[in-house]
Amino acid sequence: MSMINYASREINCKIVYYGPGLGGKTTNLEHVYGKVSPSTRGKLISLATETERTLFFDFLPVDLGTIRGFKTRFHLYTVPGQVYYNASRKLILKGVDGIVFVADSQMERMEANQESMQNLYDNMAEYGYDLTKMPFVIQYNKRDLPNAAPVRDLQAQLNPGWEVTDGARQRVVPDPYHAGENLVEQIPSGEWVERATYFEGVAVSGDGVFDTLKAVSKLVLKSLA
Amino acid sequence: MPVGATSWSFTEDDFGAINQLLQRFLYDSNARCALLVDRSGQLVTTVGERPNFDATAFATLTAADFSANDQLAKLIGETDFNTLFHQGERESMLLADVARRVILVVLFDNRTTLGLVRLKMRQTIDDLSKLFDAVFSRGQSGAGQPNVLADADDEIDRLFQ
Repeated sequence: MSMINYASREINCKIVYYGPGLGGKTTNLEHVYGKVSPSTRGKLISLATETERTLFFDFLPVDLGTIRGFKTRFHLYTVPGQVYYNASRKLILKGVDGIVFVADSQMERMEANQESMQNLYDNMAEYGYDLTKMPFVIQYNKRDLPNAAPVRDLQAQLNPGWEVTDGARQRVVPDPYHAGENLVEQIPSGEWVERATYFEGVAVSGDGVFDTLKAVSKLVLKSLA
Repeated sequence: MPVGATSWSFTEDDFGAINQLLQRFLYDSNARCALLVDRSGQLVTTVGERPNFDATAFATLTAADFSANDQLAKLIGETDFNTLFHQGERESMLLADVARRVILVVLFDNRTTLGLVRLKMRQTIDDLSKLFDAVFSRGQSGAGQPNVLADADDEIDRLFQ
């Protein structure tokens, strides 16, 4: 639920990093925290267990610049990835403006990714939010590992696309981040589908972290425009 | 058609009216400080003694605390807990729901009592609820102000170059 404060001239938005346990959600936030100037970010709050597994959420506020004289403040949250914590995970989605799904590229984590993606759709639906109509970006993390599945396979399993039924939107939209690929296109069966924007990442070294954050923030601001 | 969370905005007039209500409440209750936080964890305003802690982080944790307690209420068969009280040795805090959209957090010490704060809070919540009902019923762009991001696509693109 974005909030526009005309008195302090601020636009506040909420972005949630979702995905399976140990996939790199907290690492994404830690990288942002480490790289952004202290003057444009707040404290990183972590509600974690003694073994540093996220128990409730991590939280990091960052300022991404000024538009029309309004400061854009993004509140970044992660959810606990472990299946067990669904009740608290769902609470964090309340009022969300944009979602980043951090997938674990390792082949043996494919099932965990799919389970988490399904859980995201289910939890969003319970709030009455339609994930296919809001800012949504996928990050395939851990691309540096030898057992990482090919991006093509990850896309097929986690981002096969949703049908575009609105005739006005049935036109090819190129993917601005991947030459030769499309975000909206007609598949051989004749259906028009739209896929979420995706990025490859290695969160521990920061690869793809800011590309992901910038893409989702831009989508959020455009959704308000 | 449900899309996502709705956006809301408030004007300088709204802000002035909210702050005036809260200042009056602090004067009547002798509490130290009042914060308003929206349900998604964004800080709306702070009135009274300037908090010497990170108010943004505080707002996030407040919303999480309230949401978690809402779910606990449902588990035991209640619809919600509309107020929460956390007692410390010197500082205490009382949290209350306002119009199901925002949370009023009051910090107070031993210069006042829970009873007085709670009593004065009731009227303040009624007044704030009316005010927020009006703010939310206007929606995002009907706040008497044009949508600040309308036609700002180019500027948004430049921000992320």
